[in-house]
Amino acid sequence: MGAYILRRLLYAIPILIGVNLFTFALFFVVNTPDDMARLALGIKRVTPEAIEKWKAERGYDKPLLYNDTAEGLDKLSDTIFFAKSAKLFVFDFGPADDKRDIAHEIKTRMWPSLALAIPVFAIGLAVNITFALLVAFFRATYIDFWGVVLCVAMMSISSLFYIIGGQYLISSLWNLVPISGYQAGVDAAKFVVLPVAVGVVSGIGSGTRWYRTIFLEEVGKDYVRTARAKGLAEATVMYRHVLKNALIPILTGAVVVIPALFMGSLVMESFFGIPGLGSYTIDAIQSQDFAVVRSMVFLGSFLYIVGLLLTDISYTLVDPRVRFE
Amino acid sequence: MPVFLWTDKLIWVLVAVGAVYFWYARRHEHLLLPWRRVTHSAAGMVSLVVLIGYGAVGLLDSIHFRPRIESKDPSAPVAYSVEVLSLFDLLVLPLKVRTERTYSAPLATRAYVKETIELPDGKVVREFPRLRYAGAHLKGEAERTQDIFFTTVRGVALGFIAWWAVVSLATAWIATRRDRTFGAMWTAIRRGETEIPWLAVYLTVLALVLIGLPVGLLAGEYHVFGTDQVGQDVLYQALKSIRTALVIGTITTLVMMPFAVLLGTAAGYFKGWIDDVVQYVYTTINSIPSVLLIAAAVLMVKVYIDTHPELFPTAAQRADLRLLFLCLILGLTTWTGLARLLRGEALKLRELEYIQAAQAFGVRHARVITRHIVPNVMHIVLIALVMDFSALVLAEAVLSYVGVGVDPSMNSFGTMINGARLEMAREPMVWWTLAAAFIFMFLLVLAANLFADAVRDAFDPRVAVGGRPVAAAKDAA
Repeated sequence: MGAYILRRLLYAIPILIGVNLFTFALFFVVNTPDDMARLALGIKRVTPEAIEKWKAERGYDKPLLYNDTAEGLDKLSDTIFFAKSAKLFVFDFGPADDKRDIAHEIKTRMWPSLALAIPVFAIGLAVNITFALLVAFFRATYIDFWGVVLCVAMMSISSLFYIIGGQYLISSLWNLVPISGYQAGVDAAKFVVLPVAVGVVSGIGSGTRWYRTIFLEEVGKDYVRTARAKGLAEATVMYRHVLKNALIPILTGAVVVIPALFMGSLVMESFFGIPGLGSYTIDAIQSQDFAVVRSMVFLGSFLYIVGLLLTDISYTLVDPRVRFE
Repeated sequence: MPVFLWTDKLIWVLVAVGAVYFWYARRHEHLLLPWRRVTHSAAGMVSLVVLIGYGAVGLLDSIHFRPRIESKDPSAPVAYSVEVLSLFDLLVLPLKVRTERTYSAPLATRAYVKETIELPDGKVVREFPRLRYAGAHLKGEAERTQDIFFTTVRGVALGFIAWWAVVSLATAWIATRRDRTFGAMWTAIRRGETEIPWLAVYLTVLALVLIGLPVGLLAGEYHVFGTDQVGQDVLYQALKSIRTALVIGTITTLVMMPFAVLLGTAAGYFKGWIDDVVQYVYTTINSIPSVLLIAAAVLMVKVYIDTHPELFPTAAQRADLRLLFLCLILGLTTWTGLARLLRGEALKLRELEYIQAAQAFGVRHARVITRHIVPNVMHIVLIALVMDFSALVLAEAVLSYVGVGVDPSMNSFGTMINGARLEMAREPMVWWTLAAAFIFMFLLVLAANLFADAVRDAFDPRVAVGGRPVAAAKDAA
């Protein structure tokens, strides 16, 4: 298994290089370093010298991908792409284009992100499984039918309406919690409650429906019929047998998103004014801070690959029949 | 002067492809069979009726032109307005041009904001000013409730008559096709005994006309959903948003489909290094957080458009390019899922006897793929197409909200919600923009979801004709 994990991690390297190249191309296809400098300096102070100085300070004065003037290997390494990307692989993010340290920003901003994302994930999973089990228990009855109808209806409402509705009802109308913002420490709870509630509720529709199909697939299997034939009560069949086996696809499906929780939810954070990584990224994109965008894309891709790896490992842990090649 | 926007062309290409497919499927029983199953599902047919309504609005809104500017001097060269109109705009011209000064509530005759008004006798008062257009035909404002009531009644009555006429014609048509008398057919439909759930279809049409006609009549005299900050009719905005949503939902899948089909089937069919390359490409694209990718790409286009104003003669063409690009980039982030499914399917198919036989006969690879593999994975493509639609419509709203969606000048559900969000914090609250966006969007996405379910149930080979899963297929899964 160790060899397998190592191979998978090595396989991640070309993917991460590809990701970097892709972001790089996307950013510089229409945007030259000169444009970035102009935007960062503002309209008033733009002189050719100022632009050159800005570029030199941040290392944007080299050619983009291929350096004609350099010798040997330097033709490839003495470029913006190489200089900016190589260090990412040892997680040295360097300074942002506004000269603040990206690693420090990530360290301070990840906690608000996690404070929001982990409860949404955990509570959402529990709520969805509960509802799905309930609906599956009453399968082929009116409860099942209207449950599914309700799920489809809830899926059809844009998450924006959940957020606006939640903010209006709970914060404006009932004045229970602040409408947006964030404070570190224990006070965080009062700012996080509403976003978490909104996040959980908006996910119920699709989550419940998806888990319901998993449960129903499981209910049709032979071992369930055997359990019933032994004379077990329907509740025992559902909780002792079906739930346990259905958890395999549910949990392995959920594992893949765990690392991505770290990245925060872009939309929720910008709505509720939570200073997490999601809103950091949006700000960076809007101010065209390439250093930050590149770092966040790299981090996101890396976490995605870790998530895939964790999924594979979790398969073997919960289902002993699965073996690595 | 007609204007061919990029998205217009693609929409009509899509319509043409759909028409050709329909014509082709009619002649091939195996293609027709799953569609028959769709028409037998009540939820599928009801949602189809709703979707056709939305589609009609969207298509009418996809024929654009620039009106000629009337000139007094006949010898002057023909000039065209810079404003691009669509056929749909002409149809609802009153809604478009009758703009008030600012907010007004639904069906109101007075504005929602107090203004300082100078009376004819020189006195100055602060009050809610009378709206310019809403209820302008009334003799006195006291008549308003009465007028609205009678207009609604007239609309409902007209709706019933129209419905009756349509339903009678439809029943007569079905009766002749089924070789039955009109009376017998009518009884069968009323009792719900027909294979195609005509009763549900008729009732949906009834619901649509009973809501649509009164709203249409009222919209001629009032602002049914009120007006927004600059006094534009909210109903008009919601109707215009439909096209944007449909474009995002369909064109995105249309542009990504060739890539997904080609790369997915090629990877599964050839295996080896082609498979490795394709897998590498889609894992790479997949591992970039999609919102980041979209945000970065859209902002890049914004910069490009801002620095090249000479390429776009009108604002509509500028907004359209951005919309098209949003579709492209959304397609780029969504094709990977379909490609992976198709690769898996092609891996299975290439081992089957008929493919092996084709190879043994020396059929070229390209021909094996186009003649034998692609037709047998099209059901997956179709399911993906309808399943993605609602997700894309929802995504558009979120992206426009974050500021990386469609052009702010373009009507879309996202821009409507974006504008409405600040209005919720106003005192007194302005709720109607949000309500209109909610109703129109919810109906569209709900219908799309239900229709997608019906299509999936009908096309998924794992579901047998009776609706129960095939036991063998389930064990294999």
